[in-house]
Amino acid sequence: MEKKLLRFTVNEAPYEIYVNPKTLLVEAIRDHVGLTGTKRGCETVSCGACTVMVDGMAVKGCSVLAMQVDGMKITTVEGLEKNGKLDPIQTAFLDEGAFQCGFCTSGMLMSAKAFLDETPKPKDEMEIRRAMEGNLCRCTGYNAIIRAIDAVAKGNYREDKQ
Amino acid sequence: MSENKYSVLNTRVHNVDGHAKVTGRATYTFDVTLPGMLYGKILRSPHPHAKILKIDYSEALKFPGVIAVVTGKEDTLGVKQGIWRRYKDLCDEAILTVDKVRYIGEPVAAVAAVSEEIAEQALDLINVDYEVLPFVDDPMEAIKKDAPLIHEGFERNVNVTRQISWGDVEEAFEEAEYVREDWFKLGGQHHMCMETRAAVANYTPDGKLTIYTSTQSAYYHQALLAGVLGLREGNIRVLAPYVGGGFGGKFELDGAQFCASVLSMKCCKPVKVVFSREEDFIASKRRTPMYYYVRTGVKKDGTFCAREAKVFTNGGAYTGMGATALYLTGFFHSFPYRWKAYRYDGYRVYTNSLPSTSMRGFGAPQAMFCSEQQIEWIANDLGLDPIEMRRKNGHYEGYEVPGQATIASCGLDQALTAIQKWKTSKGKLPKNRAIGISAAGFMSGGIFNWFDSPYSFSSAVVTINHDGTVELHVGAQEIGQGSSTTLAMICAEALGVKLEDIKVHMGDTDHSPADLGAWGSRQTLMAGNATKMAAEDAKKQLLEFANAKLGFNIIYDLDIKQGWVYNVARPERGMSYYDLCKEALRGKEGQRIIGRGFYTPRRKGMISPAYSYMVQGLDVEIDPETGYLKIHESVTAHDCGQPINTLGLIGQLEGAASMAIGFGYYEYLPVEDGKIMNPNLVDYKLIRAPEMPSCQVIEIDTYEPEGPYGAKEAGEGLTNPHAAALGNAIFYATGLQMKEAPIRAEAIAKAWKEKNEKAKK
Repeated sequence: MEKKLLRFTVNEAPYEIYVNPKTLLVEAIRDHVGLTGTKRGCETVSCGACTVMVDGMAVKGCSVLAMQVDGMKITTVEGLEKNGKLDPIQTAFLDEGAFQCGFCTSGMLMSAKAFLDETPKPKDEMEIRRAMEGNLCRCTGYNAIIRAIDAVAKGNYREDKQ
Repeated sequence: MSENKYSVLNTRVHNVDGHAKVTGRATYTFDVTLPGMLYGKILRSPHPHAKILKIDYSEALKFPGVIAVVTGKEDTLGVKQGIWRRYKDLCDEAILTVDKVRYIGEPVAAVAAVSEEIAEQALDLINVDYEVLPFVDDPMEAIKKDAPLIHEGFERNVNVTRQISWGDVEEAFEEAEYVREDWFKLGGQHHMCMETRAAVANYTPDGKLTIYTSTQSAYYHQALLAGVLGLREGNIRVLAPYVGGGFGGKFELDGAQFCASVLSMKCCKPVKVVFSREEDFIASKRRTPMYYYVRTGVKKDGTFCAREAKVFTNGGAYTGMGATALYLTGFFHSFPYRWKAYRYDGYRVYTNSLPSTSMRGFGAPQAMFCSEQQIEWIANDLGLDPIEMRRKNGHYEGYEVPGQATIASCGLDQALTAIQKWKTSKGKLPKNRAIGISAAGFMSGGIFNWFDSPYSFSSAVVTINHDGTVELHVGAQEIGQGSSTTLAMICAEALGVKLEDIKVHMGDTDHSPADLGAWGSRQTLMAGNATKMAAEDAKKQLLEFANAKLGFNIIYDLDIKQGWVYNVARPERGMSYYDLCKEALRGKEGQRIIGRGFYTPRRKGMISPAYSYMVQGLDVEIDPETGYLKIHESVTAHDCGQPINTLGLIGQLEGAASMAIGFGYYEYLPVEDGKIMNPNLVDYKLIRAPEMPSCQVIEIDTYEPEGPYGAKEAGEGLTNPHAAALGNAIFYATGLQMKEAPIRAEAIAKAWKEKNEKAKK
C-alpha cells in the first residue's frame, strides 16, 4: 500500500511522517515518532493503555488510524510535564501511589487529565470512576487512582496551595 | 495505632521508580528496540492433541524479509525443562515441541523477519502435517483408565500427587457430632498482566546472550535459559528494569523468551518476540482449576475435629509451577484453624489444555473458597456464631501446625474482633443485602528449593560512596509490587540515612546478586532481611571509623539516624553522616564501604518462615433475578506484622482485593474442546473502576520475629478470602450455596430460579 504523508503535532512539536494508511495512531506515536510512554495492552480497544489526547479529548490510540488525526494536536504522557515540572495529576499519582507496575499508567494519566480538563468539579466519586471505566489496571484496584484524581479535583495541587 | 518509632518505615513515600513511571520514561521490554533487531512470531498448534508428522517451512523461508525459521526438531533438540529442576520427571516442557502437541496454542515453530507483519504472514506459509489424537481436557475424565495418555510414563495422566496429614482422621471423625461434605469446582483465572509476555534476545558470536524480558525472577530465567540453550549461566545476562505485572505467571520460561533466544542464536541478531493479548490468553499459563471434595467433622459446640480433602487439579499439558500449587492448596486448606486430624490428598492431572501454574494466592484462593463457605454453612446448621466458631478454632501465636509450621506471630483473634465490631456497626441491612466474611492466612516466602538454587534465597550488597549516597544492589525483582521502594526504605532505616540517599539496582543478572525473585510473597521478608543485614554490615564499618574519629570512651555505643552519627547516651554529640563517609573512605585507602547480606530460611518447617493473617468482610447487595452483585464496602482486618511501605501496603491490599473479586465473581475462563472460549479483553470480564468497592484496612499490630523489623507478607494473602466472603454474603441474602468459582451472575440467577421452582413444587 502506498504510504501517505501525515502532518500532526505531538506534544507541541510538528511532525511530518510517511505512514501506511492502515497504521494506527498508537503505532505512529510509538514506532514512527518514537515515544514509547504510550503502551498497548490489547487488540480490541478494551484496555486503554494507549490513551492519548487528540485536540484535548481522550482517545484510545488503537481505535483511530493515524491518518484520521492529520492536522490535529496530540498530547502523550511525555507531554504532560512542562519544563521539568510535573503536571498536578502526575504529582497526585506519586503522592497516592496510584500505580504499581506502571504499564497502564500513561493511559490512566491521559484519561484523567482529559476528564479533569472537561470536568474540573466532578459531582461525586462515581463520576470519576465512570470516567475511568475505559482503562484497565490489574495492579492497584483503581482506588488509589480515583483518590489521586479526586485530590486534583479538590484543588489540592493548585499553585497557590503548593 | 502506636506512634511510629521509625524514621523511614511506615511513612508515606513516593515509589523510588515512580517518577519514571508517571512520565513515560520507564522502558519496559515491550519498548526495547536494538539496532538491527528482527521480529519473531510463533506458529501455534490448532489441535489439543496431535502428533507432528512433518514441518515444511521452505515456502516461509523464501518469503521476502524472512531471515530464519526454527523448529524443535532441528534447532532446540527438544531439551525439556521445568522450574522443578531437582525432579527430572517434572521437567516436561520443551517449549518448541518436537513430536507431539498437547494443547491448543503450543509453540510448533518460530519465524524471525525484518518486521512483525512479515513474520506473521510467513507463519501461514509453514505447513505442518498433524496426526490428530483423541484428547481430554477435564481432570476427572483424564484420570479414567481409558483416557488418552498425554505424557508417556504417567499412568492415568497423574502428573504429581501430594499428601498432607496429621492425627488419626477416622478416629477424629468418630468424635465429631456433625459431619458435612461438599464438592466444589474452581475455575482458572488469567494473570492478565498489562504487559504481555515479551523478550528481546541478543546473542553475539562470542557465545554471550543478553535478554531483556518481562520477568518475576531474572535469576531463574538466566538459569533456565542456560539449561535449554547449552550456554554457561554466567554468559547469559537477563535484564528486566521495568516489568508490566507478573502475579505468578512470569517466572517460568515462556515462549517469548525461548523463541527469541533460539532465533537470535540462529541469526546472531537481536530478536524481539511480544505476545499478542490473544496469545497471552491461550499460551501463557493460568490459575489452576480444581475439583475439591471437603468433608469436615465438628462437635456441636463448634470445636473442629477432623477434615479430609480430596483435590483433583486440572494441570493442563505441563507441570510448571503447578506442582507447588498442589501442595500449597492442601496446606492452606487447613488454614487458619487447628484440626485435631487433617488429611489432604491432591492429584495433579495432565489434560490437553493450557498448562496451569501459580497465580497470586498460589492455590490458597481455591482452598479458602471451599473451606470458608463450608465453615459458614456448618455454623449455620448448628446455630453457632460463625465468627466465634472461627475464633474458637483459630491459630494463635506459638501454635504448631503438626509437622508443617510453627506460628511465631498471629493476629487472627484481634482481626476477628475487629470484623465482628464492623459487622455489628452495620446493623440490620435492607432486603437482598448481607455481609459475608472469610478468614485466611498466607506464607511469607517459601522455604522449598525445588529449583535447586546454589545461591542464598536472597542477597544484597550495600555500597556507600564518598558523598554518602548508597548503591543498593538486590536480586529482588520489582514488578510493580513495590519491592524496590520497600527495600530502599529498609536500607535507609538500617543505615540511618534518608530515602533519597538510596539508589536501588535490580533486574540485571550481571550486576545484582542472585535472588529467587518475586513470588510466594517472599521479598519483604527474605530480601528485606538480606538488605537489613547488608546495611548493618556497612554501618558497622562506618561506625568503626566514627569511633576512632570521635574519640569517646569505649563504654559508649554509637548509632546513625537521619544522617546524624551520634553517641547514643548523648545524642547531641556526634557528626554528620555525610562528613563521616568522606573521612571513612580516606581511612580505607579510597575504597568504598561495602556491606553484604543474605538470607536463606533454615529450620522453618515445611512451608514458610512466617504467616500473615486476615479477616475479610464484604457488604454485598444481590439482585437474585439477574445475579448482579454490588459490593458496597470491603473491610479487611490485616496482620502483616510491622508495616514497612505504607502506600505500597495499601496498594497491595486494594490490588489483591480487585483480583480476588475477579476470581470470585467476574473472571470466567471457560475451556471447550480444549479451547479457551474468550481469549480477549472484550469477553474476559475484569473488574473496572465503577465496580470496585472502597476498601478499608484495619491494621492488626503484631511483631514477626523472623521478619525485618517484624514485617511479613502483604502482597498476596488478601487474594484468598474474597471469593468465599462473596459466597457467604450470597448465602445470607438468598440462602443459595454457590459451589463453583467464579460465582458469576448467570449462575446466581439460575440457582435462584431453580430454588423458587423447587419451592413452588
